[in-house]
Amino acid sequence: MIYIENLTKKYSDKTLALDDVSLGVERGEFVTIVGHSGAGKTTILKMITAEEIPSQGKVFFESTNVHDLRRGEIPKYRRKIGVVFQDNRLIPNKTAYENIAFAMEAAGRSDHEIVADVPEILKLVGLDNKLWNFPHELSGGERQRVSIARAVINQPELIIADEPTGNLDPINTFDVIGLFKKINEMGTTVILTTHNKGVVDLIGNRVVTVEKGKIIRDDKEGKYVL
Amino acid sequence: MTSLSAVLVMFISLFIVTSLVLGSALSQSIIDMLKEKVDINVYFKTNVTEEDILALQEKISTLPEVKDVSYTSKEEALEGFKERHKDNSLILSSLDELKDNPLGAVLSIKAKEPSQYEGIAKFLEEDGVSISSDGSGIIDKVNFYQNKLVIDRLSKLIAATEKIGFSISLVFAIIAIIVTLNTMQLAIYTSREEISVMRLVGAGNWYIRGPFIVSGIMSGFLASLLVLIVFYPITIWVGSRTADFLAGINLFNYYTQNFFEIAIITMGVGILLGGISALLSVRRYLHI
Repeated sequence: MIYIENLTKKYSDKTLALDDVSLGVERGEFVTIVGHSGAGKTTILKMITAEEIPSQGKVFFESTNVHDLRRGEIPKYRRKIGVVFQDNRLIPNKTAYENIAFAMEAAGRSDHEIVADVPEILKLVGLDNKLWNFPHELSGGERQRVSIARAVINQPELIIADEPTGNLDPINTFDVIGLFKKINEMGTTVILTTHNKGVVDLIGNRVVTVEKGKIIRDDKEGKYVL
Repeated sequence: MTSLSAVLVMFISLFIVTSLVLGSALSQSIIDMLKEKVDINVYFKTNVTEEDILALQEKISTLPEVKDVSYTSKEEALEGFKERHKDNSLILSSLDELKDNPLGAVLSIKAKEPSQYEGIAKFLEEDGVSISSDGSGIIDKVNFYQNKLVIDRLSKLIAATEKIGFSISLVFAIIAIIVTLNTMQLAIYTSREEISVMRLVGAGNWYIRGPFIVSGIMSGFLASLLVLIVFYPITIWVGSRTADFLAGINLFNYYTQNFFEIAIITMGVGILLGGISALLSVRRYLHI
């Protein structure tokens, strides 16, 4: 589904963020990318969402070269991908319901669909009693669950999660990873980054290890070796 | 999203723009009035026949720079002279002493631009232009040379006023755009998180831009309304104070008479300024 070919990214200050990285992710896989901070995990994800432009190499989503997309085509492409961040990036002056409704609206869904789907998805992540709470009224784990709900609401083919458990305690981490596994079991491909050994063990799927901009390991069964 | 600061900054920008529009319109109407007062008179010798003068009038009026040529016959000139001096019995009685009419006929010529008078005066001096059918000169004098200094100064003043007015307007318009742009950027900066989330959930560019542009246009519209309201008392105040030395042009009357045009210009500039600044400001956040 995602094919990364010989990807190199040099920033203008000559730091080498990615050095000749190649990686393939099949439909339905759950891939965990591990590595120290600054190893290049986030850069790989940003390449897939077309937020960064590679210095060399190509990224394919199915048969489309992501970086050949015209500016006008990028929004449509991004609707195939759901994104979750470490800092959840919820809009502070919108309630849980509104944050999700807003993502649906942006993707061009009808009001009818919004009214039907938002409570459904919040129920799925276990927040059916917090529909009208603002982000500051929610706990860290709850906020992250809202942001996961926002990522899956438009039924993306791929979920990208950048350190989704980075700010969470072990119990919330367990819950959030459980959610991602559930999403993956329903057929959505998931790519997740972490530097937490516990998370890797919890997922127990394919693990890609990145160090200094290179892929140094690619294990079929989860192992965190660094 | 309509921010107060954007409205205020645009209010100031539009205030300047509208002042400039009013100022330049006002100076234009003063200039027009002065231009209207400038003319040159061609005084003919008393023995010249009307036919010769009318022939010359015909010739002059074909010149491209001439706006109008009016003929005052000897008799009319005398009537006018008597009218002007009707309180002076000495002049009138001495006029009665003369059997013949001492005054010659007059052609008064108005050019389209004050700078063109020189050319017209030269034309009149050319050989064969102002000669009667029997070959003698018919012009007694042309008062261009008495008026030359005034006309020259006026032409220079008009040219300079137009140039300076235009440059000042341009400079202020640019400042207004830059300041508005900056304020807009600040207002949009607070929404950058929201924009980046919108981008990542796949919102189209127009979906993101739309609300900002609409609010920019609304700020511009609101600011222009405020400007139009504020100018009402200002023109009354300024008008009552300046009507005397502005040769009878009252700013307030000018404002109310041309309100429709001024309103269209102010609102048009306001809406464009707001919309375009919002469009340019939001652009930098659309690159993610």
